[in-house]
Amino acid sequence: MSGKMRILASLIVIAIVAVALGVFIIRGPGPLDFAGGKKVALADYRAGKPTGVPAKLEKASLIERGEYLAKAADCMVCHTKPGEKDYSGGLAFKLPFGTLYSTNITPDKDTGIGNYSDQDFLNAVQHGKRNDGARLYPAMPYTSYTFMTDEDVLAVKAYLFSLPAVRAKAPDNTLSFPFNQRWAMIFWSAVFNPDTRFAPDTSKSPEWNRGAYLAEALAHCGECHTPRNLGFALDNRKKFGGAITAGWRAFNISSDKATGLGNWRDEDLISYLSLGHAPGHGSASGPMGEAVDHSFSQFAPEDISSIVAYLRSVPPVPSPDLPATTAPAAPASHRDGVTADARGKKVFASACASCHGWSGESPVSPMATLTGTWAVNDPAATNVAQIVISGTKRHTPDGALPMPAFGNAYTDDEIAAVANYVTARFGTKGSKLTAKDVAELRQQTAE
Amino acid sequence: MNAHNSISRRTLLTGGLATGFLLAFHLPLRAAVNEPVQPPDATDGKFAPNAFIRIDPEGATTLVMPQVEMGQGIYTAISMILAEELDADWSKVQLLHAPANEKLYGNPIFIIQATGGSTSVRAFWKPLREAGASARAMLVQAAAAQWNVDPASCTTSKGEVTHKASGRTLSYGALAAAASGQTPPKDVPLKDPKDFVYIGQPFKRLDTPEKVNGKAVYGIDAIVPNMKFATLAQCPVFGGKVGKVDDRAAKKIPGVRKIVVLDDLVAVVGDHMWAAKKGLDALDIAWNEGPNAKINSKAIWDDLRAASAKDGVVAKSTGDIAKGLASGEKLEASFELPFLAHATMEPLNATVHCTPDSCEIWTGTQIMARVQSEAAKAAGLPVEKVTVNNHLLGGGFGRKLEPDMVVAAVRIAKEVDGPVKVVWTREEDIQHDIYRPVYRDTIAATLSAGKIVGWKYKIAGAAIIARWLPPAFQKGIDIDAIDSATDVPYDIPNVHVEYVRAEPPAIPTGFWRGVGPNNNVFAVECFIDELARKAGKDPVEFRRGMLANQPRFLSVLNLAAEKANWGQPLPARVGRGVCLQPSFGSFIATVVEAEVDEQGEINLRRATSVVDTGIAVNPDTIVAQVEGGLIFGLTAALYGEITIDKGRVQQSNFHDYRMMRINETPKIEVHVVRSGEAPGGIGETGTTAGPPALRNAIYAATGVALRRLPIDRKLLAAGRKA
Amino acid sequence: MHMATVLTINGETKSFDAPPDMPLLWVLRDILGMTGTKFGCGIAQCGACTVHVDGKAVRSCVLPVSAVENRTITTIEHVGSTPAGAKVQKAWLEAEVVQCGYCQSGQIMSAAALLAATPNPDDSDIDAAMAGNICRCGTYVRIREAIKQAATGRQS
Repeated sequence: MSGKMRILASLIVIAIVAVALGVFIIRGPGPLDFAGGKKVALADYRAGKPTGVPAKLEKASLIERGEYLAKAADCMVCHTKPGEKDYSGGLAFKLPFGTLYSTNITPDKDTGIGNYSDQDFLNAVQHGKRNDGARLYPAMPYTSYTFMTDEDVLAVKAYLFSLPAVRAKAPDNTLSFPFNQRWAMIFWSAVFNPDTRFAPDTSKSPEWNRGAYLAEALAHCGECHTPRNLGFALDNRKKFGGAITAGWRAFNISSDKATGLGNWRDEDLISYLSLGHAPGHGSASGPMGEAVDHSFSQFAPEDISSIVAYLRSVPPVPSPDLPATTAPAAPASHRDGVTADARGKKVFASACASCHGWSGESPVSPMATLTGTWAVNDPAATNVAQIVISGTKRHTPDGALPMPAFGNAYTDDEIAAVANYVTARFGTKGSKLTAKDVAELRQQTAE
Repeated sequence: MNAHNSISRRTLLTGGLATGFLLAFHLPLRAAVNEPVQPPDATDGKFAPNAFIRIDPEGATTLVMPQVEMGQGIYTAISMILAEELDADWSKVQLLHAPANEKLYGNPIFIIQATGGSTSVRAFWKPLREAGASARAMLVQAAAAQWNVDPASCTTSKGEVTHKASGRTLSYGALAAAASGQTPPKDVPLKDPKDFVYIGQPFKRLDTPEKVNGKAVYGIDAIVPNMKFATLAQCPVFGGKVGKVDDRAAKKIPGVRKIVVLDDLVAVVGDHMWAAKKGLDALDIAWNEGPNAKINSKAIWDDLRAASAKDGVVAKSTGDIAKGLASGEKLEASFELPFLAHATMEPLNATVHCTPDSCEIWTGTQIMARVQSEAAKAAGLPVEKVTVNNHLLGGGFGRKLEPDMVVAAVRIAKEVDGPVKVVWTREEDIQHDIYRPVYRDTIAATLSAGKIVGWKYKIAGAAIIARWLPPAFQKGIDIDAIDSATDVPYDIPNVHVEYVRAEPPAIPTGFWRGVGPNNNVFAVECFIDELARKAGKDPVEFRRGMLANQPRFLSVLNLAAEKANWGQPLPARVGRGVCLQPSFGSFIATVVEAEVDEQGEINLRRATSVVDTGIAVNPDTIVAQVEGGLIFGLTAALYGEITIDKGRVQQSNFHDYRMMRINETPKIEVHVVRSGEAPGGIGETGTTAGPPALRNAIYAATGVALRRLPIDRKLLAAGRKA
Repeated sequence: MHMATVLTINGETKSFDAPPDMPLLWVLRDILGMTGTKFGCGIAQCGACTVHVDGKAVRSCVLPVSAVENRTITTIEHVGSTPAGAKVQKAWLEAEVVQCGYCQSGQIMSAAALLAATPNPDDSDIDAAMAGNICRCGTYVRIREAIKQAATGRQS
């Protein structure tokens, strides 16, 4: 080896080490590393059964079990375009570098997954690989689903294959270079997909392990609630600390007392997950509203409790931009309280006060109460603006309670004004949104 | 059948209509008055001299309303006109909705039994006065015969005939039976307007007391024993059909009684609206959307723009347009107006009870007889087997000039045992309206020495008349589409007006408050302001210079300018805009004052209208109509637009089809000019006036010449180039 | 079968069968035949359905009947028996507010609740209390005027 070659070889080694170190630093811990206990293979775990379906469904058919798991994994919301057939795909994900469209996962042979073998399906769900060998973008949360057991993944497949085949071809993605290079996902996946099945933690209770499996492998909470690192993968150093996803803020669900779930009572968490509403904490809307309607509300009660037990164990991560406590109810009269933003007040009086009241405590439904919600206490007003733009339609046991989408009839300036008014009146600190901010939020919202 | 007969019988009238509705109003509907008919609640001794008046022996004076009450105060105005010539006792006046009967209650302007186009007072002014005067003469004759005196020596007042010389008096009630035997006089003299005792006084409306205590009954409030409740879904794509309906979930909803599936709509019938609505939500309906699923707003506008580039049918040509446009400073502009929904506060509804040989309907409609005949067709019954009970209308605005909501309800009711009330959700109401069409107008004009010398105006838009009143659609010209385009008040030597019929594909279009003039007054008055600016003149001054031969226009313009403090300084980004309009037989000038803030948001500060509508029957109603009309028009200017994507309407309720509210409403002053001229129309004038006056105020405040409605506030932010 | 629902409406006890999620509006109109309260939008954007619950103006089109058991409900048919309601109705007639009248039940209910809470409202109070009520005929100018008349007892 010549001197030059030696120098070159050394440089390559240094580069590889640097990249590896960089990757290690960027990648950070895995989603369950915080627990720290001894992990055992699922087959060796005897204390309980963290995977599969709840007890009442143990004897159910494969398809019924698959249905429960598909709902727990919330496949439908992303794989269904509003107004179209369930699971027929086509939902747009607007990203800074283009738009991705979800795929048709009905058993249609041409446009869906009708030709997928069991192994094809496992490859897609656990490894992010299509049956034509192409790589999936991580908008598909296979880095979470990878923790599912083969048995559970295949139960989901059986369920999907039991549905009517829908012929529907999703539009082509419109990603810009270099993001349109699917092959590059091989490297991303190699670094960021743990590609491993769920391993129970013997230091924790069976309930915790069930909760961990549900939250991590199926419900993929972290995909929205955990911030992302430089590689667009989850940064579990700030696990469940809250993040912005698809233009909505997924709030802190770590055990931080002030800004996370630390001060929520168990019954509040249970109520929020199963009904999408908890007294004093407001209502789920946007993506979380959909998650409750289509997924959590279908969970067996013991599974909800398991998730709660698991959430309790996630270390506190503070959200420094949020106040230590949410604001109390605003005065009953429009005269008292904040006076800022005349335009915001005008819009609020016209379009909002009938349901939300001047105090923030709804005269028509506790679901419409603003007092105590993080949305109005977020000085960035992200979710307030989003819900004004897109509205929400929640399905509850007592029927649907929609908030209309005002985005098409109110200007960016008006929406900014009303968001600023609402956060000032009902939250701890008024936002300072501008029309430009609202225009950007509109851009970020998926269909 | 009736409708067709009466139309063909009066086809002659349409020659007059072709040059505008105004001409027709001079043709009284002779057949409609002095034709004794049996009153609906006939009892012995009741005096029923004609279609409009019933007086019973106790003196109760029941007036039958040939026009419908939808907020415009017409019941009170009609009653005042009848009572004036009848010299009725106002305290004994009671009202009755007219039944469907084209022959008796047809609108002399429209030929058919319709309320719209701000025609009620204009159309019925003479027939009603004649009906009142004729009845009064018969009562006088009866009294004179009883007293054996000369009828000319008797006077009437407040429901009594008096013979001054002998000091005798008889009440109309006491004379009712005897008057019935009298022959109606020919060519009965009408009062000199100076002798009017009711007309011209600000009367309290007769319909209001029950509207403030919840007792007023609108069509939607009809209660028929044992009725069920239904709501419906039509294919969201215009013209689409029902494919497959999965009703399993809907049937499980408590209170759902029946799912009615027709070729183009699905209805759920239940014990109450809530069951029906939940049932409808629970249905899984696959629609066959059909070819219209491809239609969208962009394509519609592309088509309209292409159509408006073509030559149209000449509607008016005076002077020499080629010469007029050949010299001077030339300016050309195009103006565009969007589709609009009516969004009456009372959602569409009809209650129907169909049996094998009868059909009874409870609704509120602007077209009684057409509803009856269309319902008969839908029910497969002869027209006389169909009874229509009309009600107060919770807003009309032209939407209830269409029978579709009744026809749909009849088709549903045919599938239901017993009566059924069909109520549309607001979403259905907005997404299956019959919309104000899109219009595009192009004007080219030349200026010389500060005056307009050439004026070429081309309208492109749907011909609503061709569908709605076919006999009136002559020679390719829609008389509504050109209304207020061919009678621009300004003195312009060379004028040329063309009309291009351009029907939007699949989107049903119809009349909307303000009708054709909404489009034409907007384009004309906006363009006049642009010409004024080009001529370097103040907009009011510029208009004044062209009104030498138009004293009524000049006087309202001058008064409006004075009342609105025209010319006095305003803060930055605040402007005044003026609109002068010839529409509906009234002479109206309006000034709107508006502020445009740095973000482009608009604050309406003030609106001033001066109205010369001839004899003002009930002046307070006129003020109210102009106030409300302005708000209706300003609402559309600020927010109104129905857009189409994939063949369906994108708006659905008040959150995205926005309405002006009380906290956006400016101060409004309306001044009614005293006049002895025949009355003009009023109900739509404010709607027509608001948008151009606001647009011109924005033009003055910002320099931005908007040419499209609704106002795009993004164009108005500070710092944008005009 | 569900249990009969019992409500106190206009001082009377009404008992009927209704699903718990059924909005009060439809109970009033379609079960009890009280049609003075109007349907306008169904999403609390227009105010035509306004009633009083414990004296406060509430949109009955989104108010589940289960939420108002044991509360005092007043509708347009009875608001004239409250001092504020009577004043408002009188002022409405004096100012000749009404056109088509369809929204006016709701307008009057909102105005009566405003006056009961704020006997001398200024323009900002009127905006805050009345902006949720749409009037398509555009009677807003007179509504404002009538509320002021009702408050002061003076005609302008």
